[in-house]
Amino acid sequence: MATADFDTLRQRLVPAAGPASLSHGMLVFALAPAELMPTVQRLKGEFAFDLFLDVTAVDWLGQTPRFEVVHHFYSTVHKVRVRLKTRVSEADPSVDSLVPLYGSAAFMERECHDMYGIVFRGNADLRPILLYEGFVGHPLRKDYPKQQEQPLVPYRT
Amino acid sequence: MDTPLANPVRSIFEGKLRDDTVIVNIGPSHPATHGTVQIIAELDGERVLRTDVHCGYLHRGFEKECEDHTWHNLIPYVDRLNYVSALINDFAYCDGVEQLMGVQITPRCRYLRTLLSEYSRLVDHLTCVAAGLMEMGAMTAFLYLVMIRDYMYEHLAALTGARVTHTYGRIGGLARDLPAGWLTRLEEILTQYEDFIARVHALVDRNRIFIDRLRDVGVISTADALHWGYTGPILRSTGVPRDLRKDTPYLAYAELDFDVPVGIKGDNYDRYFVRMREMDESVYMMRQLMDMLPEGPINVDDRRCTFPDKTLVYSEIESLINHFKLVMDGPSVPAGEAYCAHEAPNGELGFYLVSTGGGTPYKVHVRAPSFVHMGGAHRMLDGGQLADIVPTFGSINMIGGECDR
Amino acid sequence: MYARTIPIVPATRSKDASFEYLTTRKDELVGWARKFSLFPYPFVTACCAMEFMAVSASPYDTDRFGAALPRFSPRQADLLMVVGTVTHKQAPILLKVYEQMCEPKWVMAFGVCATSGGFYQNYAALLGIDRIIPVDVYVPGCPPRPEMVIDGIMQLQDKIARASHPIITRNF
Repeated sequence: MATADFDTLRQRLVPAAGPASLSHGMLVFALAPAELMPTVQRLKGEFAFDLFLDVTAVDWLGQTPRFEVVHHFYSTVHKVRVRLKTRVSEADPSVDSLVPLYGSAAFMERECHDMYGIVFRGNADLRPILLYEGFVGHPLRKDYPKQQEQPLVPYRT
Repeated sequence: MDTPLANPVRSIFEGKLRDDTVIVNIGPSHPATHGTVQIIAELDGERVLRTDVHCGYLHRGFEKECEDHTWHNLIPYVDRLNYVSALINDFAYCDGVEQLMGVQITPRCRYLRTLLSEYSRLVDHLTCVAAGLMEMGAMTAFLYLVMIRDYMYEHLAALTGARVTHTYGRIGGLARDLPAGWLTRLEEILTQYEDFIARVHALVDRNRIFIDRLRDVGVISTADALHWGYTGPILRSTGVPRDLRKDTPYLAYAELDFDVPVGIKGDNYDRYFVRMREMDESVYMMRQLMDMLPEGPINVDDRRCTFPDKTLVYSEIESLINHFKLVMDGPSVPAGEAYCAHEAPNGELGFYLVSTGGGTPYKVHVRAPSFVHMGGAHRMLDGGQLADIVPTFGSINMIGGECDR
Repeated sequence: MYARTIPIVPATRSKDASFEYLTTRKDELVGWARKFSLFPYPFVTACCAMEFMAVSASPYDTDRFGAALPRFSPRQADLLMVVGTVTHKQAPILLKVYEQMCEPKWVMAFGVCATSGGFYQNYAALLGIDRIIPVDVYVPGCPPRPEMVIDGIMQLQDKIARASHPIITRNF
């Protein structure tokens, strides 16, 4: 990506999305949960970030708010990526769902819910996708023991 | 045998759309769905009205395992994500860690990684096309392509030690340098490849049966493809030349001359042909790289990530301690986060790495193209025939290790 | 919890001494026929699939051993080749497929993930398929070289040849 394009995009994005930091060549915006949806709508509508890459979460056990939900976007027009980070607490780990804007958000939000327990308001289908019905807990949280199995078929004796 | 077995999934269908439809289960243990995807389809005769795609049958806990291993030790896990093109996963992951550490790889390593990435792309596309054609009955094409793929496996085993899951990338370089005669054998394999591919082209391209089964089947538009997150050959088959190797060049791609093949309609035939053309472009790139490959060291001379020479480890105390620390604690990566994306044969393969300092990662997340593509698979399957599910699913190239991680 | 398990029983071999000559000849004949006409059900999940494809094609052809023709219906297959990692989500499907196969049936654990879970020792993977179904031959490797798979098939063929094959039993 050309540096000049990137700089102009950055100058236009920063007033739209808030203070940005640069992390290894990528623009990162730290947002409050309420700012997430309007920012994404502006990114998609005004700045042509048409490809939603990924949503995941990081479990900062011990810190409050505990979870950090991370979204990545890519613009096929400007050929640049951007990262949005939101902090949510353990008591109410919910953010807005991006399903109305991007179809690909459906499966990715299901996975994030499976692994971390993040609730996406607006996503009607938060069934387990990588785990199975009857699995209790969210394995990627730091307090879930790695080897705690929940077998569906009892073992032979 | 009276007690039922647990059902691991719950269908989203509340009930049937009409009284005369049938809901069938194309279960996970099915050759067309690569053994790990379940499609619950509602059918009106042979026509598919709607589908509910379930993946996750190969969820092996990759991200949780990574949090328990050092940055080096988890490279075998990374390999087994897209196990058909294992080297690209290695290099994308190592690139991410090198960005976090601020390590610059040597020129020889850069060109060699590019060459091996294209080699892996060849292997992946060969497997995808071979499996796809076999599922439609073309056993001959499968046997031709798997034979040439077997030569490539043996060749890569001579370099890396393993046929399928190579574990060849290292942080700061590669595991070992090329053995003598490797490039000569590569040229022989590429010549044989051209012969075999010509035969498959002759069998499939203008064959009435394949055109009927692949043309105008599984169509997706560009707007739909972007909305549902498609990248890679599927997006290119709709007509847009989006390729990370051209758009955001990494490794040595900026110095290579290659085209980005695109399709016209976004159907199965275009995806098949885009993959065939991409293989030819990969061979062209590999021939350029074989000429451009410079001499020099493979690993960067950086104590933080590169293992010292064995003779030094046995004679000097500093090297011994360095080796010990690298093995026991892992390379210490400064705190931070990085997202590194490479153009895998399926699309954008991204690694989101979070480090809090130290030798083990805090989080390793994979943006797997197959998983995202499964989210939009119903757009290509709905409205088609039941028998069209097989070639459409094959053309998406869902790789279970990557989809479910 | 759904309480359906296959109990672990030691192998027994009871023979009627008066007909021993005839039954050994019959067993040899039936064993020879069964070992050279294996119909595998490739329960394929992960990376080992690549080596399964390679061992089915040239130059490592399984057709030489009579084990080439896969049958994708468990009703028609007699060798269940579990190729790749079986997760807890997949375990009920594996048990169902195994139960749907008719006697005589054999199970090959192809790869370390099917043998013991491999290096996926966590909440998601079933740590070895012998926790839910009985296994006849284990082929370790990650993934195993095609020669190892062929060695496994040959060892299974020896096992079939040595076994007793009751054609007419009390229940039949």
